[in-house]
Amino acid sequence: MSALISLLVRDMRLAVRVGGGAFMGALFFLIVVTMMPFAVGPDLVLLARIGPAILWLGALLASLLALDRLFATDHEDGSLDLLMMGGMPLELAVAVKGIAHWLTTALPLVLIAPLLGMMLNVELHALGWLTLTLAAGTPALTFIGLIGAALSVALRRGGLLLAVLVLPLTVPVLIFGVAAANAAITGPAPLGPAFTILCALSLASLVLGPVAAAAALRHGLE
Amino acid sequence: MELRAEELTCSRGGREVFRGLSFNLAAGQALLVSGRNGAGKSSLLRVIAGLIRFVSGRLTLEGGAAEATIAEQAHYLGHLDALKPALTVAENLEFWAEFLGTRSAIKPALETVDLVRLANLPAAYLSSGQRRRLSIARLIAVPRPIWLLDEPTSALDAPSQKRLAGLMHDHLAGGGIIVAAAHGPIGLERARELKMDSE
Repeated sequence: MSALISLLVRDMRLAVRVGGGAFMGALFFLIVVTMMPFAVGPDLVLLARIGPAILWLGALLASLLALDRLFATDHEDGSLDLLMMGGMPLELAVAVKGIAHWLTTALPLVLIAPLLGMMLNVELHALGWLTLTLAAGTPALTFIGLIGAALSVALRRGGLLLAVLVLPLTVPVLIFGVAAANAAITGPAPLGPAFTILCALSLASLVLGPVAAAAALRHGLE
Repeated sequence: MELRAEELTCSRGGREVFRGLSFNLAAGQALLVSGRNGAGKSSLLRVIAGLIRFVSGRLTLEGGAAEATIAEQAHYLGHLDALKPALTVAENLEFWAEFLGTRSAIKPALETVDLVRLANLPAAYLSSGQRRRLSIARLIAVPRPIWLLDEPTSALDAPSQKRLAGLMHDHLAGGGIIVAAAHGPIGLERARELKMDSE
């Protein structure tokens, strides 16, 4: 257990130090969402209608931003070899790296979402619910992304391959995330079935992501 | 304790690296693997470390911890240092000590490799010899019976090479096993030799 905690602490330290990727995601999110009204025009009704979609797309792209380096850096400096030689199953180590990545990249993004929602004319009463859908859905994005990050190490291709592999898999998350957010804004009752499915997607990828990523990493060692 | 390899065959990327390799090492014995570039020295170490699967043969450790794999009882010192430039010397060692073993004091290990003065310096500022010494400190901080050393003396100056020879000597005297790949003498006088020069 202490091995996993020390891995979590190390990855979070690396993310917040010089050259780390923490807050870059949140910054990118901020820029994308800020640019959107300039592209769409100052139509408040339209902005309010597409607001949740913009926030979810921004969150999706931002959470992929730092992901391709997640295992690549450990692979390049030999850390990955030693991570496999610890007493912990690789699946758990991979899951912990995913959690550290979510805490440093996706959580800041969730925290600034209410502010950006206001910029997109999302009604005040719905801001909290909208943020909740992001908090519930971003773990799915991170842990599906883990698989892509591990594959890009195994296949020795970085960057774009990750986006091509991962983005199609995130379509369900996007659909139910935006549906849950829209339900919160317009629907009779906040959240509802879409939110439940969103939570299910997150929980499922939390379990399946690390297993698949660890398998990809092991295979890449040949 | 005895590390035994029987008829090991390893292939990487469809090319056979070595075939029919056998040796056995009892506690306190060292094996010095030599051979030309590309003969498979590093591959052999990575096979023992569980980082490459072998195609056929058997690799067993008798008398080790029953529920642990060979990889979990071995230290692998490869060409890469596994150090993070953004973390300090102490943080790097602390992490590996905690991840690979149990929470232990790292100061004695840093003293052994003479890096105590640099403990709070980010690893980015270390020279390659100092990085090597910090990797070696990992072997001291976490006790594991098998040491797999891939050209351990590279980048080390003469005093550090001597210190490493002393550490290896102590490890063998304590009942450890060393498998080292090297092109020249690394200070293991009584090591058995394995020449890998199959075409």
